Amino acid sequence: MSQPVVPSRTRADGEKLSVTLERGGPDGASYRQTFDVPAYDKQTVLDVVSWIQQNADPSVSYRFACRVGMCGSCAMMVNGVPRWTCRTHVSKVAKGGAMELAPLRNLPVIKDLVTDMDAFFDKWGAAEARHHPSQTRDDPIAAIDPDSPERQIADAAIECINCAVCYAACDTVAGDPDYLGPAALQRAWTLYNDAKEADPEAVLDAVTAKGGCHSCHSIGSCTAYCPNALDPVSAIAGLKRASAKRFFGARKR
Amino acid sequence: MSRALKRTMSRAHPLWLAYILHRLSGLGLVLFLPLHFWVLSLALDQAAQLDGFLALADLALFKFAEFGLVFLLALHMFGGLRLMALEWLPWSSRQKTLAAAAVAGSFLVSVSFLVQAI
Ligand code: SF4
Ligand code: SF4
Ligand code: FES
Repeated sequence: MSQPVVPSRTRADGEKLSVTLERGGPDGASYRQTFDVPAYDKQTVLDVVSWIQQNADPSVSYRFACRVGMCGSCAMMVNGVPRWTCRTHVSKVAKGGAMELAPLRNLPVIKDLVTDMDAFFDKWGAAEARHHPSQTRDDPIAAIDPDSPERQIADAAIECINCAVCYAACDTVAGDPDYLGPAALQRAWTLYNDAKEADPEAVLDAVTAKGGCHSCHSIGSCTAYCPNALDPVSAIAGLKRASAKRFFGARKR
Repeated sequence: MSRALKRTMSRAHPLWLAYILHRLSGLGLVLFLPLHFWVLSLALDQAAQLDGFLALADLALFKFAEFGLVFLLALHMFGGLRLMALEWLPWSSRQKTLAAAAVAGSFLVSVSFLVQAI
């Protein structure tokens, strides 16, 4: 039996949220604009931005797709902290009924809350974070033991949704535009440990070049803010260890 | 507080604070060490000046500064050990918590002995 659809209702007390958006594009100076938004009992930060765009100012630009924490497109700075907005409840982040939203840090702004994520994705390529196949489609499928320690390490980060929250949290990215950043390096660590990866040494070459894993100061903001509870700082530490071991002659295979 | 600083502080988390303390204590040591070596060099060739300086060093303010120095050294050393453990030992977060608890526990015990000794 299907559930009846209950329209979400505003709170009985008619409370409003005061939501300040940082707006503007690459050409104009950014400015702040505050909106009064009706408070709902269950309401995400993304709901709030959608309400503003649909009811108060249709020119507000923002980005989302899945609304369920899968696509990684909705991240913004919420009260100065990078967060996935579709799965962040207003009740957890609003302070005294107020909230400040800004585009993701460390990325160029296209307009309002939309950032240009090219640099973020390009760095995945620069980290050689792409699979180098070890077999062709004609070979039998390689059996991988999911419980093997190596596979466990490789599995640790496969839930990354490319949301760039860690990238926005990282102070090293803020200070060094060439730094590859936590997500790309973590992806490289995953590949490096993947038994099906044909060229782990090429991955290690890429991540030990300038701007690679050795630029990381182990501040751990990436791990503190990753919405999927992933641990890029430990992955990067793994790359540092692998590069040190290689310096003393060890090879992956 | 300026808005930029406020935003930075809203992102602060324990590991970030540990990082900042490590850096600041390092800077403090960089500023102090040249002075320290200069005083030591006095012992080699200008004993009279050194005695004058040592009399000064008896002042309460100086005692406080010395405490600060030892504190900085301790901070910086713990910060460095923490970093080395973090980067060189592939510990799980549970192991990290246990290690931190062990260090904190031994620190407490040694401080209580020290306090008794004074
Ligand atoms: S641990 Fe490294 S990657 Fe993570 S936030 Fe800090 S500097 Fe950036
Ligand atoms: S590591 Fe976490 S924060 Fe970074 S892009 Fe992946 S899911 Fe987002
Ligand atoms: S909208 Fe897809 S992760 Fe938030």
